[in-house]
Amino acid sequence: MDLLRFITAGSVDDGKSTLIGRLLFDSKSIMIDHLEALERQSKNKEDGEIDLALLTDGLRAEREQGITIDVAYKYFATPKRKFIIADAPGHIQYTRNMVTGASNSDLAVILIDARHGVVEQTRRHSIITSLLNIPHTVVAVNKMDLVNYSQDVYNNIVIDYAEVAKKLGLKDVRYIPISALNGDNIVEKTTSLSWYEGPSLLDILETVKLEDDIDLVKARFPVQYVIRPQTEDLHDYRGYAGKINSGIYKKGDPVTILPAGTSSTIKAIEHNGKEVEEAFAPQSVVIHLEDDIDVSRGDLIVKNEHQPRVTNEIEALLCWMDQKALVPGNKYLLQINSKQVRSVVKEVSYQLDVHSLEQIASPEKVALNDIVKVTIKTASPVAYDAYQELRTNGSAILIDETSYVTVGACMIQ
Amino acid sequence: MSAYRLDYLDQLESEAIHIMREVAGQFEKPALLFSGGKDSITLVHLALKAFRPGKFPFPLVHIDTGHNFPEALQFRDELAATIGEKLVVRKVEDTIKSRQLTEPKGKFASRNALQTYTLLDTIEEFGFDACIGGARRDEEKARAKERIFSVRDEFGQWNPKLQRPELWNTYNGRISKGENVRVFPISNWTELDIWNYIRRENIALPSIYFAHERKVLAYEGQLIALSEFIQLDDTDSVVTKKVRYRTVGDMTCTAAVESNASGIDDIIREITATKTSERGETRIDDKVSEAAMEDRKKNGYF
Repeated sequence: MDLLRFITAGSVDDGKSTLIGRLLFDSKSIMIDHLEALERQSKNKEDGEIDLALLTDGLRAEREQGITIDVAYKYFATPKRKFIIADAPGHIQYTRNMVTGASNSDLAVILIDARHGVVEQTRRHSIITSLLNIPHTVVAVNKMDLVNYSQDVYNNIVIDYAEVAKKLGLKDVRYIPISALNGDNIVEKTTSLSWYEGPSLLDILETVKLEDDIDLVKARFPVQYVIRPQTEDLHDYRGYAGKINSGIYKKGDPVTILPAGTSSTIKAIEHNGKEVEEAFAPQSVVIHLEDDIDVSRGDLIVKNEHQPRVTNEIEALLCWMDQKALVPGNKYLLQINSKQVRSVVKEVSYQLDVHSLEQIASPEKVALNDIVKVTIKTASPVAYDAYQELRTNGSAILIDETSYVTVGACMIQ
Repeated sequence: MSAYRLDYLDQLESEAIHIMREVAGQFEKPALLFSGGKDSITLVHLALKAFRPGKFPFPLVHIDTGHNFPEALQFRDELAATIGEKLVVRKVEDTIKSRQLTEPKGKFASRNALQTYTLLDTIEEFGFDACIGGARRDEEKARAKERIFSVRDEFGQWNPKLQRPELWNTYNGRISKGENVRVFPISNWTELDIWNYIRRENIALPSIYFAHERKVLAYEGQLIALSEFIQLDDTDSVVTKKVRYRTVGDMTCTAAVESNASGIDDIIREITATKTSERGETRIDDKVSEAAMEDRKKNGYF
């Protein structure tokens, strides 16, 4: 069985929580005691209907204020797949939360209110989907019941969105008309939308092809930890523990250790304590090298073909995530996989308008939720790829040197 | 699936191993919180995969409430001995004495909340900067919001509104003096994932997870094991039932479920068919209020 991680993007009024509630409810993933708790809470609301949105509001403040503060993760499974939903809230700090939820997603469900069509929000969600390079997009035109299930309304929205998708270069886009409230096209297809010939939303989620999402060519293995038992019988054992982020490694492969640039050959690969001939992403393994060279946490073991760039100056799109503004010239810790290095944000060249994609040159201030193009200088060379080509080796975070808070997410260019 | 696509259990396993190795790589003095329950037993199994043939870079730490199931304690000691890793046990009983804490009263007086004091004292005693725990996001709705690397202040408190963003598979374990991090490698596993993994990996569990005869108190729809730690009233009905435990916590706040499941396959069948959640069916301590878990976490609970 495979695993699909997806994010739902939409504002509260688009019916996002209702959609998630509906998926869980119709796939029988809500337990009775949770449903009863929901009923108890819903009684305080006026219409008396069960409020499926309450399912994802886990914190007291969220329930009291009727808002969602933070990304919540929900789990469900069908006989075909296991699913992890990242539910990012609609209003406050939206960019920060959606970027966080999107960073691990294979697919984005973008909700559009059929009555309103493609709006500013839709563009913003789509831009983040494209910036974070989520491989698959499903555009769900919701509230079809409120437009009399009109095929014309739906078709016009599809035409409008296709332009957005084209402009952003979204790769795999599917469209589906739904009513989350009534359950039309969520798990089952219903007669209300009989003119729609495609699969239901759950069908799409169950069958979207994930095999090609992991790059098996550009091999990247960040060393997390060195296993050295130093016991009598394992005196010479020295294994490099880590998770293969991309690619396939075989015994005998010539490799390079970056950023140093030293060479060696793979002597052995262990997976779950057994020696294997080859291993591939995203397996966690232990790699042994032929030569006794200096390799430690933060180093990247790559195969000799398709090597990453190694520089001490990085161009990146940076999503700023802290209440305190970014101060160009300030020093931060840059973390890319297991490597942490001191760095300085040298230059902010432009700000990206997440509604229009326009570039605003030399912004005066970089505040929470802003996305800016920056040049970062690192204290020592870093091995990386372009985020749009290799997500797992082109993503980095910035950490405040004094508070140690994660203040920025970098998509390296 | 293609030859180079991992099954979902393999994906979850690799993610958990990656998280544990990040702990080993980023922290000076980590610990693995071990209760003898199925989730922490799974953590130990994952740690074996992450660090063997080396030793664990952390001890197993059990905060013993004194109300534990004897079967779980025996299992704990045997497991630690079998794998040859260090086990640290600190007792809530001792904290109650040394700090003159007030024991909760009542029918099912639970030391669950007092555990937090012992945990924080233990963290201070050893200078632990990271504690690995077996909490899962599907268990409870406050847990669904917690990060995999969850920073706690010097009082062990969780501040849900000030959580660090956690992106990709990049974990920020930097902390200031006095703070510590709770790390949850199996955050993304569900109860069923755990059971399927236990079956696949053939992981041994304490016997109370399997159906057995037991004298229980039937109370408000729940079955509580008879023990010296609960108070019986004249009106209580004590019955002998065939039960198993779906979770293993304190004897006073963990309920049993009626079951004939004698093997893992039977258990998985029952859990697949059940309509009640794990904590909803078996945990008395979550029923106090809608935000019981959130409140405990804000006070330093793991």
